[in-house]
Amino acid sequence: MDRYVYLDNNGTTRTADEVLDFMNENSGLYGNASSMHTIGRNAAAGIDWARKEVAALIDAEPEEIFFTSGATESNNTVLNIFRDRADAGEKRNRIIISAVEHPASIETAKYLKKKGYHVDLCPVDRIGRVIPEELEKLMGDDVSLVSVMTGNNETGTIQPVAECAEIAHRYGAYMHTDATQAIGKIPVSVNLLGADYLSLSGHKFYGPKGIGVLYARKGVPLSPFVHGGHQEHGMRAGTYNNQGIYGIGKAAELAALNLVEEHDRLWAMREALRKGIMERIPDVIINGSNDESLCLPGTLNVSFPCAEGESILLYLDLEGIEVSTGSACATGSLEPSYVLLASGLDVELAHGSIRFSFGRYNTMDDVSYVLEKLPPIIEKVRKMSTRRV
Amino acid sequence: MQSFMSQWVYTDTVKDHFMNPRNLWKEGEDFTPDGVGEVGSLACGDQMRVGIKVEDGRIKDLRWLTYGCASAIASTSMMSEIAIGMTLEDAYHITPSMITEKLGGLPEHKFHCSVLGDKALRAAIDDYLEKHGMDNPYKGTTARIICECKGVTDQMIEELVKTDKVHNFQELQDATGCCTACGKCKDRILDELNECLHIYGK
Repeated sequence: MDRYVYLDNNGTTRTADEVLDFMNENSGLYGNASSMHTIGRNAAAGIDWARKEVAALIDAEPEEIFFTSGATESNNTVLNIFRDRADAGEKRNRIIISAVEHPASIETAKYLKKKGYHVDLCPVDRIGRVIPEELEKLMGDDVSLVSVMTGNNETGTIQPVAECAEIAHRYGAYMHTDATQAIGKIPVSVNLLGADYLSLSGHKFYGPKGIGVLYARKGVPLSPFVHGGHQEHGMRAGTYNNQGIYGIGKAAELAALNLVEEHDRLWAMREALRKGIMERIPDVIINGSNDESLCLPGTLNVSFPCAEGESILLYLDLEGIEVSTGSACATGSLEPSYVLLASGLDVELAHGSIRFSFGRYNTMDDVSYVLEKLPPIIEKVRKMSTRRV
Repeated sequence: MQSFMSQWVYTDTVKDHFMNPRNLWKEGEDFTPDGVGEVGSLACGDQMRVGIKVEDGRIKDLRWLTYGCASAIASTSMMSEIAIGMTLEDAYHITPSMITEKLGGLPEHKFHCSVLGDKALRAAIDDYLEKHGMDNPYKGTTARIICECKGVTDQMIEELVKTDKVHNFQELQDATGCCTACGKCKDRILDELNECLHIYGK
């Protein structure tokens, strides 16, 4: 392969060189951070530093940061806290989550629903954005938790989290936001968002995989969610993942440093690709919003009518361009992207959707390369198709 | 240093047919089919159309189009290579496993939804025979009995779903009486019904 253009940064990011170097430089901090001896205390000092960096990135206090294995664990944990409260006989026992949450939340919620817990999905509009009026209609004094992601992984649509939090709080419910996709792309402040809980993953913003955070505001319901030790204020047991934690700390430091510049760079590439596609390929549909204030800067989701997504993805792969698709074929399920369907997109268009997601290692050259390779691929797939534009 | 290199998603043969599809129905091409068949639905994201030219009881030529994933494209392309030159009878009895075997295998989850070329070809042969006022000696010859008590076959189910007469289990039971005696076949009936709804459902 002559060239790789990695445009699946919403799937995961390449660990930043600075992060890898930092983790290597601190490989001497291998001690068990719970130990009293010097090597253990040094390791703990590194963890304290990382906790402060992550806290600063989301405008929180270090004591409110709990390291987990990733946002999937964090999302599971938040929903399970309210499952346990319902079990304990709490009269607030209904959870509302948006219809476009990540599977880490949606699947957990579905599982709870199957077990008999009360869960409602809040609908979204055409750009996949939660409709606050619809949330308000679903609210009641039996609602314990509202969960709405900060920005969507498939469409990039930025959600009205602050508005939803205001509604949730007015009814006496807690607010959770899954900020996994938003971190490092747009400013995220738990205070401006009004979030009581927040989830994030290191590997989505150039940190290592297998490390994430659950933020829980002081005083909100929280009980031990992994048993077996006193780590993380007794909430999440298990020997500290030192290197992972140093890595996410460094990634948080970089994210805070580069936020404004990185946002503009990602948006410029996204817009150049969007405009280039619209100029060169007839009949395309942009999913989500093209308003900079409503879309995560690096995400472009496009549907190509009459062309199927997995074929497009694999023809692009053969040219070294890595993307993702909402087509069912690529996932092994029968249904295409539930996020796009929830936004009112037609089934065929969901099958024909491609997500390009930019990151810090992409350049405008990558945009030009895609604009050179993509149009003939779409033309080829469309000519093969039983369907005509 | 150890290096890790993955295989491509599918076999080399699938990749070859995906990159260079054979007997594709090109736009503006001078190809007037004697029979045309179409199967598949957008629900599962795969749909195909097959056109055949028939001479002396054999498939003289074949063209196809598909809206579908890589394995749908490759399996239809492979089907076209298998079918050209075959007698109508042999062509009618091409099975999905014949196609996947020649492709060197497909992942399990791709088998049912993407290998539709044989069904589109059968539809094209049916269409050819009907258009030419000929009897269809093959219809029913590929049937497999699923409900033994009531003699319900996979083809009966396929036909009922295809002609929009059956949309769910209750309607199928009303139409055929399947699963009303011993009931042992229910899982297999549901599998077949779901597959047909998947392929032909609106």
